[in-house]
Amino acid sequence: MEFLGKYKAVYKAKAGCEDILSKAQDGGIVTAMFAYALEAGIIDGAIVAGPGKEPYKPEPMIATTVEELFAARGTKYSISPNMSLIKEATRSYGLDKVGIVGTPCQIQAVRKAQLYPIGLRDVPDKIALVLGIFCMENFPYQGLYQMVEDHCATKIDNVTKMDIGKGKFSVYTERGINAQIPLKVTHKYEQPGCHVCLDYVANLADVSTGSVGTPDGWSTVFVRSATGEATFNKAVEAGWIVAESMDGVKPGLELVTKLATEKITKNQKYLEHRKHAEHAALKPLRNPYI
Amino acid sequence: MGLFEKLKSLLFGKGDVSEGTQDEKPVASKQEKLVSAKHEAPVTKAKPADMMVEQKPIIQKPKEEKPVADKITVGHVHMSGCTGCLVSLADNYEGLLTILDKYADLVYCLTLADVRHIPEMDVALVEGSVCLNDECSMEEILETREKAKIVVALGGCACYGNTTRFCRGGQQNQPQHEAFLPIGDLIKVDVYIPSCAPTPQQIRNVCLMAYLLLKGTEEQKALAAAYLTPLMRLAGGGADTCGCSHTCACGCDLMTEIINQGLCCGCGSCAAACSVRAITMQYGKPQIERDLCIKCGGCSAQCPRSFFSFDVCGQYESITHLIGEVMKP
Ligand SMILES: Cc1cc2nc3c(=O)[nH]c(=O)nc-3n(C[C@H](O)[C@H](O)[C@H](O)COP(=O)(O)OP(=O)(O)OC[C@H]3O[C@@H](n4cnc5c(N)ncnc54)[C@H](O)[C@@H]3O)c2cc1C
Ligand code: SF4
Ligand code: SF4
Ligand code: SF4
Repeated sequence: MEFLGKYKAVYKAKAGCEDILSKAQDGGIVTAMFAYALEAGIIDGAIVAGPGKEPYKPEPMIATTVEELFAARGTKYSISPNMSLIKEATRSYGLDKVGIVGTPCQIQAVRKAQLYPIGLRDVPDKIALVLGIFCMENFPYQGLYQMVEDHCATKIDNVTKMDIGKGKFSVYTERGINAQIPLKVTHKYEQPGCHVCLDYVANLADVSTGSVGTPDGWSTVFVRSATGEATFNKAVEAGWIVAESMDGVKPGLELVTKLATEKITKNQKYLEHRKHAEHAALKPLRNPYI
Repeated sequence: MGLFEKLKSLLFGKGDVSEGTQDEKPVASKQEKLVSAKHEAPVTKAKPADMMVEQKPIIQKPKEEKPVADKITVGHVHMSGCTGCLVSLADNYEGLLTILDKYADLVYCLTLADVRHIPEMDVALVEGSVCLNDECSMEEILETREKAKIVVALGGCACYGNTTRFCRGGQQNQPQHEAFLPIGDLIKVDVYIPSCAPTPQQIRNVCLMAYLLLKGTEEQKALAAAYLTPLMRLAGGGADTCGCSHTCACGCDLMTEIINQGLCCGCGSCAAACSVRAITMQYGKPQIERDLCIKCGGCSAQCPRSFFSFDVCGQYESITHLIGEVMKP
């Protein structure tokens, strides 16, 4: 399927160790892959969305130890500009082999940076492992805050997990699910830039992963590039990741395809609309894609 | 393919390159306005005759000794720049030697090659802006346009003025030099390489793609054309929807062209690209310290929402592999 990008293999998978899974968002694939790559010397460090000063406000962070990777587990539904550290990682941190995780737009930024390193001296050759996470939309922090505090009537300091799935935004506290609101309510808080986004499953990552398609506690994993394939297979061999076939898994690729198609066609329509062709009096808006 | 044809005509429009002489008249020049009247005289005739005589053997000798028949010719033209762009080119280290060995002859470069006058060349990498108060610069920028098939604005000063935008004259030892323009305000420019300093890898990629465009297989030519398209658009070619001038850049472009247009995804590439650290990410969006900005254009060019080509970036694996292969010594 073109909306799912090119891939060599797709799996239902999760981390092989309970330590990772305890606080991972889904199957802990991102943390397990980076932890394996770090131990195996495939990367010297990874740019992840670390805990910020405010609850659930991610702060990009360069993790050079497994402990630091662990601290960054879990999804923060707000913007973590991970690319902002890509040059810093190779300079102040002196990393030669950098890992980076990001939403599909951030992975596009990584690939643009590799081919057009306009302001990123010596960066292209140092990007060693690029992990993408599926993404339907993201929220500016103030929007997320409002969703949690106002709509879900939950103090954000008390939240232990947030999740989007099955058409709902769910907020967990120590006692379990505390509040759920339909995504319909959250739409208006979405980052505007998400509405021109034409990628759902990080088509340009080495390996991309998300929750959709596989049962709770597992992740759907697309292995895409040669680098991704080699690293993923070795991580499985070394026991960091347990991978099973997607055959017969419900809801499986069918749902992933459906969501990807919905997102991309909707945003293509919006990009088309931005040309303002139907209103001669309106000037067109900028289209970044060429 | 329409684009490829356009590029071809851009490159081959002048017909075969002969051993260019000083007297050769520019053919089908798009710079008619500049060529006329006041400039014609200095460019073609004002050179002292004895220097012309001296120049010929210097240029012709290396050409006869060319080890590889189908190299392209590249020159570095130094306008009002700090030589940082040239240092960046040189910072490809052994990669530069590979390029000079296999793909390009450096036919002009005041710092590195003993050639006094701007010769005919395939690609001119122009560093620096042009000082209107310096007649020699004015002559040379025109001559560069006339003699080069592809003019590349190398670095922030050539593209956008960069730090020279802040010049008001009065500096030693040329206090009268106060009016500086990006080269695109004087001549038509084909390709931009923004940022201060432009990176060794970006310069390398443009050189290799220019080579593939001129000497590659059909497939490689198409790839090179696709690769260079966004950098040509930055230079003002093609239909960019951006309404502002192609010779102005500022950190503010992130606001006007990206955030105001509802395009920012909060990736942070802009902050990483800024060489003077004028950009920090605040609540997921770039915050620009505008007094720090030197107007190099690096941030907005690096932004995935300024331009993004699925065609090119989708092939990142094979292109990276290709670059790795051709750069092998
Ligand atoms: C904004 C957003 C929207 C998403 N939408 C979907 C969706 O629609 N469908 C779907 O299947 N999956 C979606 N995901 C992905 C999903 O929530 C998990 O992040 C993914 O499955 C990885 O889980 P894991 O257990 O493998 O990773 P873990 O081992 O828990 O690690 C998660 C990694 O993601 C990084 N991370 C967390 N938040 C961010 C962020 N905001 N930006 C960049 N990196 C971050 C962390 O640093 C960590 O390294 C979304 C994620 C985000 C951030
Ligand atoms: S929807 Fe697209 S633009 Fe928005 S955060 Fe996700 S990947 Fe980025
Ligand atoms: S903000 Fe930085 S990168 Fe952007 S134009 Fe200014 S100096 Fe250049
Ligand atoms: S580089 Fe990223 S963060 Fe910066 S303006 Fe562009 S999209 Fe926004």
